[in-house]
Amino acid sequence: MTEKAALRYAVTRRQLLGAAAGVGAMALAKPSWAQTKLNLPLPDGPDARAITTAFPQKGPMILQRTRPPLLETPFEVFDKGVFTPNDQFYVRWHWALIPTDIDVGKFTLTVRGHVNQTLSLSLNDILHGLPSVQLSAVNQCSGNSRGLFQPRVPGGQWANGAMGNALWTGVRLKDVLDKAGVKPGAVQVRFKGLEEPVVADAPHFMKSLDIDHARDGEVLIAYAMNGEQLPLVNGFPLRLVVPGWYATYWVKMLSDIEVLDQPDTNYWTKVAYTIPDTPHASIKPGETDVKMIPINRMVPRSFVTNIASGQKLKAIAPTTLRGIAFGGDCGVASVDYSIDRGQSWRSTNLGEDEGKYGFRQWQTQLTLPAPGAYAILVRCTNSNGVAQPDTPNWNPAGFMRNVVESMNVSAV
Amino acid sequence: MSRNLLPLLILLGAASMPLPATAFELKSVKIDLPDSDKMFEGPGSDAINNNCLACHSAGMVLNQPALSKQAWTAEVNKMINNYKAPVAPEDVGAIVEYLANVKGAK
Repeated sequence: MTEKAALRYAVTRRQLLGAAAGVGAMALAKPSWAQTKLNLPLPDGPDARAITTAFPQKGPMILQRTRPPLLETPFEVFDKGVFTPNDQFYVRWHWALIPTDIDVGKFTLTVRGHVNQTLSLSLNDILHGLPSVQLSAVNQCSGNSRGLFQPRVPGGQWANGAMGNALWTGVRLKDVLDKAGVKPGAVQVRFKGLEEPVVADAPHFMKSLDIDHARDGEVLIAYAMNGEQLPLVNGFPLRLVVPGWYATYWVKMLSDIEVLDQPDTNYWTKVAYTIPDTPHASIKPGETDVKMIPINRMVPRSFVTNIASGQKLKAIAPTTLRGIAFGGDCGVASVDYSIDRGQSWRSTNLGEDEGKYGFRQWQTQLTLPAPGAYAILVRCTNSNGVAQPDTPNWNPAGFMRNVVESMNVSAV
Repeated sequence: MSRNLLPLLILLGAASMPLPATAFELKSVKIDLPDSDKMFEGPGSDAINNNCLACHSAGMVLNQPALSKQAWTAEVNKMINNYKAPVAPEDVGAIVEYLANVKGAK
């Protein structure tokens, strides 16, 4: 981040925090933010974004694109707790033809393909005919934080708010597949939702999981998030939940499940959403002839949520430092911080464990030993022993950023 | 429905988020999504306005970083080849030219 961008972002964040605190609104579900614009910390810009409240069932969101909607969660929201409110959960659609009128009495989910019996399930069949399960899990866009890549890359220019954590309620995909009866020889399961391309011969959005993954008992078909039905733009009435995997697999408005006896070769699985098959999916800008594979498991990340970049803190006095972390495809083992550019690390206290795939809050008392400028680094190590890297990855699609975050503050 | 209530209630008891103490029901939804009337402006914007706004609003493009002409050419070709954007062949050059002028790497 350039110094100028950091400063602008800090001012905006302070304004937001100040405005919210002024009406005692930090604990409210819908802070009455007067701001209609903010600046994201994107190197060399453009960094101005509107805050929109124009989307039904949604609160204030950072407008990245109106149609099809790309709405980013304002980062302050992540300081409220580990569950991201539905009305500020980020939104990302591929195609512009999104049904806006869903009749719960008419909606059906089809299960077909390499199965003994094709099913057409009503929402009643799903809600009341199968065991209900709940799971906390982070949904994160493959390209979350793409706007921070350097050199910059095309695509949705997200800062860090294309992620959220919810308590998902639904049924196991395994139970639905068992009801249809998967035939021997099945290799993958392909998922399709109701969104359609504007151009008729464009590739319909579809994603696939390997059959064993689809039947692992953790992949869910969710009908509720945080105890309520999903906002339409978050995938009402049914959304696939693939714990630990990037959100591209979490198909919204899920309407069609096809069991395949051949590997899926559709565009969205084979060509789009692929990453270099290298450590951290990282290559050098301009590097070619790299083997590409479908993006898959998430990697650990951690963020400070209660202090803004550029903020002034009291020297030689304890300050509460708080944030969130997630392990990616497993739980959080530890979150550590450094104020000496990574020479030494200190541990933080982890909050309640709401499930290994969800956000975990962390907190510590930080004392900056003398006046001056500091960078606060935070690093999550997950329960598989994988820690965030100290240098940023790079790939042309802007996927899988998880570098150790660094925040500039000054002690006075 | 009552036979399904018990397991749900057990789950509710174990859950950290409060849910209504009744079996979950969904309600039909009908909404209107906002649209954008933003257009590309300035000289040479006709081709991009005529060819690109059917699939996505202009804001997405205007929020992009500065990219080289080569990168913009690749983006336009991706829209045509991968996403089947029906761009008239004679307009491709004008679209790339506009993007390279307005959003070009300096």
